[in-house]
Amino acid sequence: MPERKAVVASASGLHARPAALFAEAAGDLDVEVTIALDGTPEDEAMDASSILSLMTLGAGNGDTVVLRAEGPGADEALDKLAALVETDLDAV
Amino acid sequence: MTFQGVGVNPGRVIATVKHMPEPLAEPPAGETLPAGTDPAEAIAGLKSAAAAVHDELKERATRAREDGKAVLEATALMAKDTMLLKAAGKLITAGTGVERAVWEAADGVAAQLKAVGGYMAERATDVLDVRARIVAQLRGVPAPGIPSSDTPFILLAEDLAPADTATLDTSVVLALATSGGGPQSHTAIIARSLGLPAVVAAAGIEAIAEGSEVYVDGAAGVVVDAPGDAEREAAAKWATSAATLASFDGTGTTADGHLVPLLANVGNAKDAEAAAALGAQGVGLFRTEFCFLERDTEPTVDEQAAAYRAVFAAFPGRKVVVRTLDAGADKPLPFLTDATEPNPALGVRGYRTDWTTPGVLERQLSAIAQATEDSEADVWVMAPMIATRPEAAHFAGLCAAAGLKTPGVMVEVPSVALTAGSVLQEVDFASLGTNDLTQYAMAADRMLGPLAGLNDPWQPAVLRLVQLTVEGAKAAGDKAVGVCGESAADPALAVVLTGLGVNTLSMTARSLAAVGTVLKSVSLPEAQELAALAVNAPTAAEGREAVRSRLPMLAELGL
Repeated sequence: MPERKAVVASASGLHARPAALFAEAAGDLDVEVTIALDGTPEDEAMDASSILSLMTLGAGNGDTVVLRAEGPGADEALDKLAALVETDLDAV
Repeated sequence: MTFQGVGVNPGRVIATVKHMPEPLAEPPAGETLPAGTDPAEAIAGLKSAAAAVHDELKERATRAREDGKAVLEATALMAKDTMLLKAAGKLITAGTGVERAVWEAADGVAAQLKAVGGYMAERATDVLDVRARIVAQLRGVPAPGIPSSDTPFILLAEDLAPADTATLDTSVVLALATSGGGPQSHTAIIARSLGLPAVVAAAGIEAIAEGSEVYVDGAAGVVVDAPGDAEREAAAKWATSAATLASFDGTGTTADGHLVPLLANVGNAKDAEAAAALGAQGVGLFRTEFCFLERDTEPTVDEQAAAYRAVFAAFPGRKVVVRTLDAGADKPLPFLTDATEPNPALGVRGYRTDWTTPGVLERQLSAIAQATEDSEADVWVMAPMIATRPEAAHFAGLCAAAGLKTPGVMVEVPSVALTAGSVLQEVDFASLGTNDLTQYAMAADRMLGPLAGLNDPWQPAVLRLVQLTVEGAKAAGDKAVGVCGESAADPALAVVLTGLGVNTLSMTARSLAAVGTVLKSVSLPEAQELAALAVNAPTAAEGREAVRSRLPMLAELGL
């Protein structure tokens, strides 16, 4: 399954406003993308478009997350979301 | 038609009314899908209700201001969140009723967020708010909480909860009127802190039709349905006098130059900065609960010190009176208080928690001392719920051990007012918490509407306890006496308290200007005369009337 690793750039982590922006972007895609902290088993990955999942994930600034998706458009979707993780969304 | 209640914050306004919706009842545990319902259809119904809530919140977010916008956008996303809806869907497939399923699913999510702690734990409330909105949508009833509106209105409710303050938008809510509650209820405290005209315990207002026009007079305590010319004129006059009551020059004094510093009650650094900007001459009550509330464990000494330092920083060179942790009764803390007490107002609360959970108070005092060291504020420390002289002595000992120089006691329990001359030999000052002092002297729960008449700081018995405290403080070596209860914010009562010999008055910062203006209109001998009238009055109402009739500027200003 295609996957991307990305380091969280938002100062407050993937919480609050960054989580909302990220979840919204993931929800707008036609592909289902999952997110997990690097090093956790694949079956514990969560829905990237769920703000509540992102909030319970607890990814802080500097943490590495793994994004996974399958099917047509998966690579583009992953590139887009990985770029978002690596943007400081608190500053947007 | 006129409804008489108790005025808790002055102001005269006319506007249409909106009723606070009934709180949402929890769907019964064990609720199941009605026989013959297709779970897939039930799930589709839930999703469409959730989508409607999402759209409504999203739409409100487009109209909200900066701060509120981000919160509403995040809350809107929660409404159609897959984590929440999938968990609810699983329960529905297993046979649980739709409302119950979303209820339990949200409980699960909220528990997970609480487990993460910090900022996430605070968001648990948003999940529960979204859940209530979805259930209201499923039932076809209005969403709970303060109604949203684009046009200004007067809010009618049975009573408000502290949590309602956060969503109360003062640009659209012009006044509050409640059928329940008393002068010390949460509604009253919220109204004073937001500067909203308010009337509580106005029985019968629940019958006022939604959308009809009413007049509210927060000083006289009346709500008038279908106001006439007299009310329109009064509201117009208030609009002009409100402007003159907007600023305080920073010196509390009587007409003849007797100084009565006017201080502010604050709960955090933001309050303190706002109070300093409004001219407060210091802080007469710094409630330290804020850094403890909603915590499962005690904050560290360093964490506490940082929070206290931020408040001290707003008042360099000024007095800041810190009240040590006042947990219990209406402010329970999981690590400190026992929620199962049959009578929490008379239970282990305030200073008494030091007996059942020793150490917390000592650590708090050392945090205060640490914050004092690198601050320019003149820090005084007092313990709440002191009842005896040995307690005062013990507290003074703890303060001395922590290196804090000015220990004091709150006077809320009548026993301390009665023995002030003895108790105050142990400490440097007393501060009258008139809300609790009234509740205990009159044996009347602060939150109960039917007891509002008893729960009145104008009760001659309460004023007599104030007088005894002042006399005791003099006898114990001219110790300082302040008032930090809501009564100090009532300009007429502030004059009486000054006449009784109270040295400082501490109140919600928004009341400083009104109290300062009225205090400046009387001399000390006049204030003493008015104080005698109030203490010797046969009833609270007659005392208030006698004093008010001698202060004509109150009626002129609409106070």
